Amino acid sequence: MTGALFLAQILNGFQLGVLLFLLSAGLTLVLGIMHCINLAHGSLFMAGAYLAATVFERTQSFMLAALAAVTGTLLLGLAVERMVLAKLYARDHLYQVLATFGIILFFNEAARVFWGQAPIFMNVPPALDGTIDLFGLAYPAYRFAIIAIGLAVGLLLYVVIHRTRIGMLIRAGASDAAMVSALGVNIGRLNALVFAAGAALAGLAGLMSAPIISVQPGMGEPVLILALVVLITGGIGSIRGAFYGALIVGAVDTVGRAFLPMALREMLETSLAQAAGPAIASMLIYLLMAVVLAVRPAGLFPVRHG
Amino acid sequence: MAEPNIPTLNVLPAPRRARAAGMQGKRWVFVAVMFVVLGAVPLAASLAGESFYVSLVSRMMIYALAALGLNLVVGYGGLVSFGHAMYLGIGAYAVGILSYHGVGNGYVHVAAALAAGALVATLVGLVCLRVSGVAFIMITLAFAQMLYFLAVSLKTYGGDDGYALPARSDFGFIDIGNATVLYYLVFAVLMLALFAVSRVVDSRFGMALRGCKSNERRMRALGFPAQRFKLIAYVASALVCVLAGVLLANLTSFVSPSYMQWSVSGELLIMVVFGGVGTLLGPVVGAVAWLVLEELLSSAAIGLPWGGDEFLREHWLGLLGIVVVLVAINLKDGLYGSLAGRKEREGT
Repeated sequence: MTGALFLAQILNGFQLGVLLFLLSAGLTLVLGIMHCINLAHGSLFMAGAYLAATVFERTQSFMLAALAAVTGTLLLGLAVERMVLAKLYARDHLYQVLATFGIILFFNEAARVFWGQAPIFMNVPPALDGTIDLFGLAYPAYRFAIIAIGLAVGLLLYVVIHRTRIGMLIRAGASDAAMVSALGVNIGRLNALVFAAGAALAGLAGLMSAPIISVQPGMGEPVLILALVVLITGGIGSIRGAFYGALIVGAVDTVGRAFLPMALREMLETSLAQAAGPAIASMLIYLLMAVVLAVRPAGLFPVRHG
Repeated sequence: MAEPNIPTLNVLPAPRRARAAGMQGKRWVFVAVMFVVLGAVPLAASLAGESFYVSLVSRMMIYALAALGLNLVVGYGGLVSFGHAMYLGIGAYAVGILSYHGVGNGYVHVAAALAAGALVATLVGLVCLRVSGVAFIMITLAFAQMLYFLAVSLKTYGGDDGYALPARSDFGFIDIGNATVLYYLVFAVLMLALFAVSRVVDSRFGMALRGCKSNERRMRALGFPAQRFKLIAYVASALVCVLAGVLLANLTSFVSPSYMQWSVSGELLIMVVFGGVGTLLGPVVGAVAWLVLEELLSSAAIGLPWGGDEFLREHWLGLLGIVVVLVAINLKDGLYGSLAGRKEREGT
């Protein structure tokens, strides 16, 4: 184990964490404010990736691809919210789980109809194709861009939610929707706006992931489940919790996968370590979540009301 | 079941008791029809020369069993578990792992599966039941994923590809190597489970559980150990799914991590809602209706123009997705629920 390898894994973990933050921020907005569980968030991530890859292939312009991915998922999110979820806000979570599960099936099949079963690939934009030298480690510039954009979006979200009027309304709606509505705010429109913003964040995450993973039907589900783990670990409903939770889960997952099998080989006999290493590594974040919940049921950074 | 210091419950006020009695009448007619129809399937299939239907309906009944178990926590306990496929998987892997090591005895399979299921369900339940609502949904999902990844990494037992059983479980004189015998075994287990669940939900325990669903704080104030009741219900419901898993492994002669994929948990929930949450027979109706729908759509031959049939056969999952959305929005009481004219459901 060299220092460079370790640094690379830390950066990878950080980059995964930032991507997870974009996804879980959207989920948090929807869950924390509308108390609505949206499993189709991963499908919006997938839609963002597909739109980006397609537009980039046609135009070779990353800017146009970004525009298509973000506005496309924004509109898709609006449509989903108006057509399905708006009817289910007052209902039990069970029905929201079901409806969004149905949407996942539909979107996955729609992706197969339009783009086929085979994965498609997107190139890294030429401007970010190189590597950046960091203490003797050549690390891809594109992954640095992901980290930078993720942190910038995180900062922007923080400012919007805590420093603007619309953010104030969003926070107030999270605490007491009926009261905000009584004060003359169109809560339905606010909900639609928040949902669309969450969808656009998922689309942004999809756009940025497209060049580093293969774009294929069903690609949204694994990341959705990771994002849910982030939400639980960080504390449901708080953007801050989503941010720290995402970084922790990203780091634990990446570093665990990279080093746990190695560490186990040092301690256990080879055959056992070879069997247990990957198994424990892929379960690590779920174990983390279970431990966190057993100790702090509200998550690591529970939302503070008032 | 030990229930210390539990006040007596006055079960239902008179008008509701009368309505409930009317419903029970309908329920028994339904059960009788179902009993006859399901009992006659192997005969009808052999007359029609379509042995395929025997395994198809076996599969339906196995999923009905799992949905029945899930409904115990979702419908009566108000706990939306999104990870019950995990218990299907535990049942299946108990059969698979023991068979791999040369243990073919079915009774050992069932005992081991139930023991493992009880252990896991108790541990998972203890953690999960600390939270409620959305958090409960997600943490049950996460535990199921954890086990899914464990199964994928078990390279000895096939890992991702699964493991084909050398033979079905050996239940002595009950030779389930024969498809019809297996069918009747599944049938008997389903009927027994239905009977058991009906007794449980109408017992004091079941009433208290429903009370916890509608107002847990009140039940605690009345002196009921709500937490323990929920845990017992959770473990019981898991064990029903474990049994379904044992049967599923035997039906397919195959064990695979895909049995505990999170989408299977979702499908089980759909079956419950499709049929009617919190009704005794709803999950059975829902499972059958769901799998019939799957079968019909995936082998569509309804004569649509412009290659519509072929398109549907290829992309039936998309249409199924739309059906799920429509069910979630419009069919609050489910197929059986609205059939039974059940306007009010316990705890809502």
